[in-house]
Amino acid sequence: MPSLAAGNVPPSVAGVDRNLDVSTHPPSIEAKRLNFFYAEHQVLFDVSLMVPERSVTALIGPSGCGKSTFLRTLNRMNDLIEGSRCLGEILVEGQNIMDAAVDVVLLRKHIGMVFQKSTPFPKSIFDNVAYGPRVAGEKNRSVLADLVESCLRKAALWEEVKDRLTTSAMSLSGGQQQRLCIARTLATNPKIILMDEPASALDPASTDRIENLIGELCANYTIVIVTHNMQQASRVSHQTAFFYKGKLVESGPTMKIFTHPSEKQTEDYITGRFG
Amino acid sequence: MSGQGLVSKPATSFVSGADKLIRRRLFLSRVFAWTCRLATYSLLAVLVVLLFAIIYTSIGRLAPNFVTSTNSTNPAKAGMLAGLWGSFWLILFTAIFSVPIGVGSAVYLEEIAKDNFLVRVIKVNLANLAGVPAIVYGILGYTVFRTSAAAVSVFFDGKHLISVLGLFKVRLAKLPIYEDNVLVGALTLTLVILPTVIAASQEALRSVPSSIRVASLALGATRWQTIWRQVIPAALPGISTGVILSTSRAIGEAAPLIMLGALTYSSMCPGGVDSPVKLLTKPTQVLHAPLDQFTAMPIEIFDWSRQPNARFSEVAASGIVVLLVVLLSINSVAMVVRHYASRRLRW
Amino acid sequence: MSPAKSPSWATQRVFRRHEKLIQGALFLCAALSVLTTAAIILVLLGNAVYAPGAKKAFFEQVSVWEFLTGTHWKPVDGPAGRFGMIPLLSGTIMVAVIACLVSLPAGLGAAIYMSEYAAPREREILKPILEVLAGIPSVVYGFFALKFITPYILKPALGLFGIDLGTFNVLSAGIVVGIMVTPLIASLSEDVIRSVPRSLREAAYALGSTRFDVSARVVVPAALSGILAAFLLAFSRAIGETMAVVIAGGQQPIATLNPLRGAQTMTSFMVHASTGDSAADSISRMSIYAIGIALFVITLTINLISGWILRRYREVYQ
Repeated sequence: MPSLAAGNVPPSVAGVDRNLDVSTHPPSIEAKRLNFFYAEHQVLFDVSLMVPERSVTALIGPSGCGKSTFLRTLNRMNDLIEGSRCLGEILVEGQNIMDAAVDVVLLRKHIGMVFQKSTPFPKSIFDNVAYGPRVAGEKNRSVLADLVESCLRKAALWEEVKDRLTTSAMSLSGGQQQRLCIARTLATNPKIILMDEPASALDPASTDRIENLIGELCANYTIVIVTHNMQQASRVSHQTAFFYKGKLVESGPTMKIFTHPSEKQTEDYITGRFG
Repeated sequence: MSGQGLVSKPATSFVSGADKLIRRRLFLSRVFAWTCRLATYSLLAVLVVLLFAIIYTSIGRLAPNFVTSTNSTNPAKAGMLAGLWGSFWLILFTAIFSVPIGVGSAVYLEEIAKDNFLVRVIKVNLANLAGVPAIVYGILGYTVFRTSAAAVSVFFDGKHLISVLGLFKVRLAKLPIYEDNVLVGALTLTLVILPTVIAASQEALRSVPSSIRVASLALGATRWQTIWRQVIPAALPGISTGVILSTSRAIGEAAPLIMLGALTYSSMCPGGVDSPVKLLTKPTQVLHAPLDQFTAMPIEIFDWSRQPNARFSEVAASGIVVLLVVLLSINSVAMVVRHYASRRLRW
Repeated sequence: MSPAKSPSWATQRVFRRHEKLIQGALFLCAALSVLTTAAIILVLLGNAVYAPGAKKAFFEQVSVWEFLTGTHWKPVDGPAGRFGMIPLLSGTIMVAVIACLVSLPAGLGAAIYMSEYAAPREREILKPILEVLAGIPSVVYGFFALKFITPYILKPALGLFGIDLGTFNVLSAGIVVGIMVTPLIASLSEDVIRSVPRSLREAAYALGSTRFDVSARVVVPAALSGILAAFLLAFSRAIGETMAVVIAGGQQPIATLNPLRGAQTMTSFMVHASTGDSAADSISRMSIYAIGIALFVITLTINLISGWILRRYREVYQ
C-alpha cells in the first residue's frame, strides 16, 4: 500500500471533517453506472458515486477526464448540448432525475451551479441575486430585499456591496463577481450546489475567501466541486473522487485519498507524477 | 439567517407538472416560442403572398411579346424591351466602374493600408456612406454627372472648333450626347453600390488565411506579387459572389435614376440596340448606346404602377415578374459560384 | 484590425517601383469614398446654403426658420411658394414609425427564433428567405402596397369598423417599408443576440429558468443596446426609403398625422419635384437640395448614433 506523509496534506478550512465516514451519511446524490456520450464519442464509463448530504465532494483528475461532464449531468446541463446522450441512473433524494418525466426547471432550481468563469448578468447587483426568485414568480419587493440581503450575507459579500446594490454587477472585481454568483445561486433556495472550478480564475486572496465560504456553506448544503487544484480539493472537501480517462478510479474520505490511496494512478496523480 | 428552512425541507418532487407555477411558466415559455416562430414564418408568408399576388395580377398581360415590344400607351401592347436594354447597359457600366474601384479599395484597406489616421477616416466614411439614402446620390448625380455631360455635349454639336497647339483647328464630330445618358446613370449607381461592393470584397479578403501571405513572402515574393498571385485568387470566389450580389441591387434601384431625369416613358432602346444580334452587327449603335438616353426596368414599373387605367396594373405586375426573374437568375449565378468555391477551397 | 494581416508587412520595404504606382492607384480607389462624401456635402451646401455666381441658393431666399418650422409646403416659383418642411417631415416620420411598428416585433421575433430556437438546418432555410425579402426592389413593394395591401387587406379590414381609407395612404406605405427593413433588424439583432456569451445562458438555465426566462430576461436585456442600434439603423433606412412611398403613399404635402390619408414624405417630394419641368435654378428646383440636406443630416445622425451604440456594445462582450 502506498502511503503519503499526512503532514504533506494542508490543513482543512473550518467546518470540513476530512475523515467523514461516507457510508454512514445519508446520500444526497447517487450516480449509478453512468455512461455519457457526445455524439459517438464516449466520455464517461460506468461512473458510480455516492455524494453524502451536507458535505463537500471534490472531483479531481487531469483535463479531459470527464469530471466536468459528470458534474454537468447532475443538473442535466448537458441537455443543452446537441447530440449528447446519457445512460444510467442518477438518484437525487431518491428520485431518478434521468427520468423523462423530470422537469429540468424544477431540478435546476433545486441544484444550483457556479461556473468557472463568473457569469454575472449585465444587470444591477440586486437584480442579479433576485433573478432566480423573480423568474420563480416572487414579486414582493420587501421579500426580495430580505432574500437578497440574506444570500449576500451567506456569500460573505454583503458588507462590500450593501451601499451599491443598484450598481452594475459588471463593476465588481473577479472574486466579488464569483461570490455574487454564489449568492445568486443560494437565492433559488437549492439544497445542492455544483461548483465547476469556481476559483480557478481568481487571485489567491479571493480563492481563500471562496474556500472558507465553502466550509461555511457545507453545514447547510450538499456541495460538489470540480477542481484542478489538489491543494484546494484537500482543503475544502470531505470526500474526494479521482477521475481518469472517463472512469471513476477511486473515491473515499479526502484524508484517505490524500494519504493512503488504494490505486497507483491516484497516488501518481496526487503526488504530481502526471496530470 | 432568514427563516428559509433550507435544511429540513421535505424532498421536492422533480416530476413535471408537480408545481402549478412551473406549469404556468412552461406554458408561457411555449407561447413565447410559438410567437417568435409565428413572427419568423409570417415573413415567409408575406413573401409567398407577394409573389402570388404579383404573378396572379400579371396573368392578363404576361406573354412572350411583353419582352419583345417597347412601351406603349395601350396596356395591351406595352412591353419592357426598352427597360430591359436600359438596365442591361446600366448594369454593364456600373459593373465596369464599380468592380475595379471596389475591389481596389478593398485590397488597399485590407492588404496594404497601415492603421493610420487617414485610413481610419476612410473606413468610418465608408460605413457612413453605406447608410446614405440612394436618392441623395441621385442629387449628386444630377448636379455633377448630368451637368458635366451637358457641358461636354456642347463641344460635340458638329460646329465646335478646337485649336491644336495654335497651328490649325479641328472640327469636332457631331455626337448626340444626351445629358441624361447611360453613363451618367451608371456613374450614379456606382456611387450607390460602391460601399456595399467594398464591404463584400473586404469580407472575402479577410477570410483568406494569413498563412498564405506569410508563406508567399517567405518564398521571396514581393508584397504586390503576394497579393496578385496568392491573395486575390484565393479570395476570388468570395469577391465574385459579393460583387454580383451587390451589383444586382443596382438593377432594382429607381429613385436615383429618376432624380437624374431618366426617361419614365420611353419606347427607345439606348443606341437603338434592341436585339442581341445588333450588339455584333451594329458597332456604331453599340458605341452610341452609353451616350444615349435610357429608361430602366424599375422606372417603367414605377410608371405603370401610377397609371390610373387598371389594365396597367397587369403590365406593371408583368414587369415585376420579369425584373424578379432577372434578379433571381443573377443571384443564382452568385449562389453557384459560392457553392463550387466552397467545395473547391477549404481552409 | 483584420486578423488576416501579417504584422511584418508594416516594415517590409521589398517591393519594386511599379508596385508603388499600383499602391498609389489602389489608395486613390479607397480615397474616392472620401471624395464622394465631400462632393455630396458640397453639392448640397452649394445649392441650398450658398451658391457661387448669379444663382441664388435656397436659404438665400427662404429663411432657415421658415423652412424648419413652416407648416405649409407649396414648392412653386413666385410669391405663392411656401417652403415649410413640417408637412414632409410629418409624412416621413409617420411612414418610419409605422414601418418600425411592423418591423420591430417581426424582426426581433425572427432574430430570437433563429438564434435561440431554430435548429441549424432550419436557420439555413430561414436566412435566405430573409435575404430574398431584403433583395426585392422598392418599386415592387410599392406596387404590392398600392394594388394589393390597400384594396384587398386594409380597405376590407378597416371597412369592418366603418373606417374609410384613401387609395393612396401612409399606412400601406409604412407597412411595406416595415417589411423591407425587417430583414435588416432581424439579421443585425440576430448577430448581437448570438454574441451574448453562452456562459450567460448556461448560468440562467442553471438557476431554473425556462427558455422564455433565458431569452426575455437575460439574453435580450443583455443584447438590448445592440438591438437598439439595429432598430435605429432600420429607422434611418425607413426615412430614406423612396419608391415604395412614392407609389403607395400619395403626393399631398399636408401636415397631418392621419395615416389613413396620403401624404408626401421628404423622399417622395424629391422624386416628384425632379420629374417636374421647372428650370434648373428656380427655387422650386433648389428646394430639392434643402430637403436633401435635411434627409442627409437626419439619416447620418441616426446612423452615427447607431454605430456608436454598436461599438460600445461590442466592447462589452469582446
